[in-house]
Amino acid sequence: MTINQLSVFIENKSGTLVKVLQLLKQANIQIIASSIADTAEYGIYRIICSEPAKAYDELKKAGVAVALSDVFAIELDNQPGRAAEAVECLSNAGISIAYMYTFLFNGKGILIFRTDNADKTREVITLNGLRFVTEKDLSLWS
Amino acid sequence: MSYSPYFNPEYETMSRPELEALQLQRLRQTVRHCMNSPFYQQKFKQLGITPDDIKSLDDVSRLPFTSKEDLRENYPYGLACVPLKDCVRLHSSSGTTGNPTVVLHTQKDLDEWANAVARCLWMVGSRPEDVFQNSAGYGMFTAGLGFQYGAEKVGMLTVPAAAGNTLRQIKFIKDFGTTVLHAIPSYASRIYEVMKEEGVDPRRDTKLRVLCIGAEPHSEEQRRRIEEYLGVKAYNSYGISEMMGPGVAFECPEQNGIHIWEDYFIVEIIDPVTLQPVPEGELGELVITTINREAMPLLRYRTRDLTRFLPGDCPCGRTHRRLARLQGRSDDMIILKGVNIFPIQVEKILLKFKEVSTDYLITLETRDGNDTMTVDVELSQLFTDDYGRLQSLEKEITRQLKDEILVTPKVRLLSKGSLKVSDEKKAVRVKDLRKLF
Repeated sequence: MTINQLSVFIENKSGTLVKVLQLLKQANIQIIASSIADTAEYGIYRIICSEPAKAYDELKKAGVAVALSDVFAIELDNQPGRAAEAVECLSNAGISIAYMYTFLFNGKGILIFRTDNADKTREVITLNGLRFVTEKDLSLWS
Repeated sequence: MSYSPYFNPEYETMSRPELEALQLQRLRQTVRHCMNSPFYQQKFKQLGITPDDIKSLDDVSRLPFTSKEDLRENYPYGLACVPLKDCVRLHSSSGTTGNPTVVLHTQKDLDEWANAVARCLWMVGSRPEDVFQNSAGYGMFTAGLGFQYGAEKVGMLTVPAAAGNTLRQIKFIKDFGTTVLHAIPSYASRIYEVMKEEGVDPRRDTKLRVLCIGAEPHSEEQRRRIEEYLGVKAYNSYGISEMMGPGVAFECPEQNGIHIWEDYFIVEIIDPVTLQPVPEGELGELVITTINREAMPLLRYRTRDLTRFLPGDCPCGRTHRRLARLQGRSDDMIILKGVNIFPIQVEKILLKFKEVSTDYLITLETRDGNDTMTVDVELSQLFTDDYGRLQSLEKEITRQLKDEILVTPKVRLLSKGSLKVSDEKKAVRVKDLRKLF
């Protein structure tokens, strides 16, 4: 129902992002999608990748502040308006989205997001016939 | 083989009346000996006293104080009480402000120093079967040679690893079977961090069992954390380079206060402003008179270290009094917006948050005419995927710091390794960039 996402604490200082990317490169980890937000002093770099558990261990071993978390991933047809419909379902159920990012994969639009209520989100996705993406689906690529 | 728990049982467990009689005898000798230095001749003249006025231990309070400034002004040999040809060693402080301070030793002084350090190391369970690794800076820094000679006096196989090159330190610990390690606390933490990075488990892969930590103020929580990480018992070492260095006072197995060797020193705790003794058990500045030094005895030396006497007898059987964990130095005190702040207060609060590591840096700056304090801390793990919770961590640290130090600092979260903690000597905890007018 959910997939693993790496969250990395990134200080706003040149070189910090490169260090994380290099560690992932050395561990032969493939990044499928990622998102970074900027605030005044630090950011959280969120990554969907191949072998997230291994990536987590490698980063942690190198002393990087990293967390492994569960996020929702759903697949939408690559047509205008599909994201609006999906988010509307959540919104109508009173669910708030904490953050979201999207990418194209295998000709489909993938929506990655976290909400304030995981159980309810699961229910809404299932009831509205939205399709979950699994890590196995994404591994086709790598 | 079974050993006595004491290195010098006859001195360490001497009854108080005997110890005080010995102190008086040595004090009177020392005071007479001080008359070999023009510096003390002058001081005695100013106060209108002579060595014969010292008839009881209480008469210590009639003696002149000696300060670090006195040592600087009389640099390098002005306080020597023996001819230089009788001196065999010189140690000197870094002298970051003005002249450095110089401490001279005769061969007997060095032997006494080694004995004092050996007494301390023996007290925490070091025996000839142990392998001792000294990860302190050598050269002029007294913790290098001071521990070296003390450890050899115990009869331990002694590894003068010196400070720095952490990977090599870890290799020595593993290959030589180091059981007793001496390092400053921030460097002990650093050794552990690197062990973790290298996949070395201190409990499984090393024989470490005793750690001696000193030279930097550290809290009880920090000690317990280092003990847990490295799987050792950690003991607090107190040294003052003007006294000799390490060996002045040390924790016993009770880990409750440091015994100061009263056959070497006469100890007072005074109010740094009035210069009068504080009531027994209260916090004040430690003042020490050496009573068995030849080359450079010091009368009522003002250490600037803040501590207090612990009441009662110690269950370890030693009769020498105990001092509480040092509460910082009067020199380290920051005055911000008229409030007195000690860095150890900041450290105490940070240790409550397991999300951040024990390293920190306080920066004082003037912004728009206002003095501000920034506390940089490293995030040891990312415990959340949520900005809100990172911000509330910052807020909570800020709130608790404000409760402790009474001014509101700006707390900044940094990634691990951002704060460069020095491998040698003392970690830099405070940067004062204020414009002072």
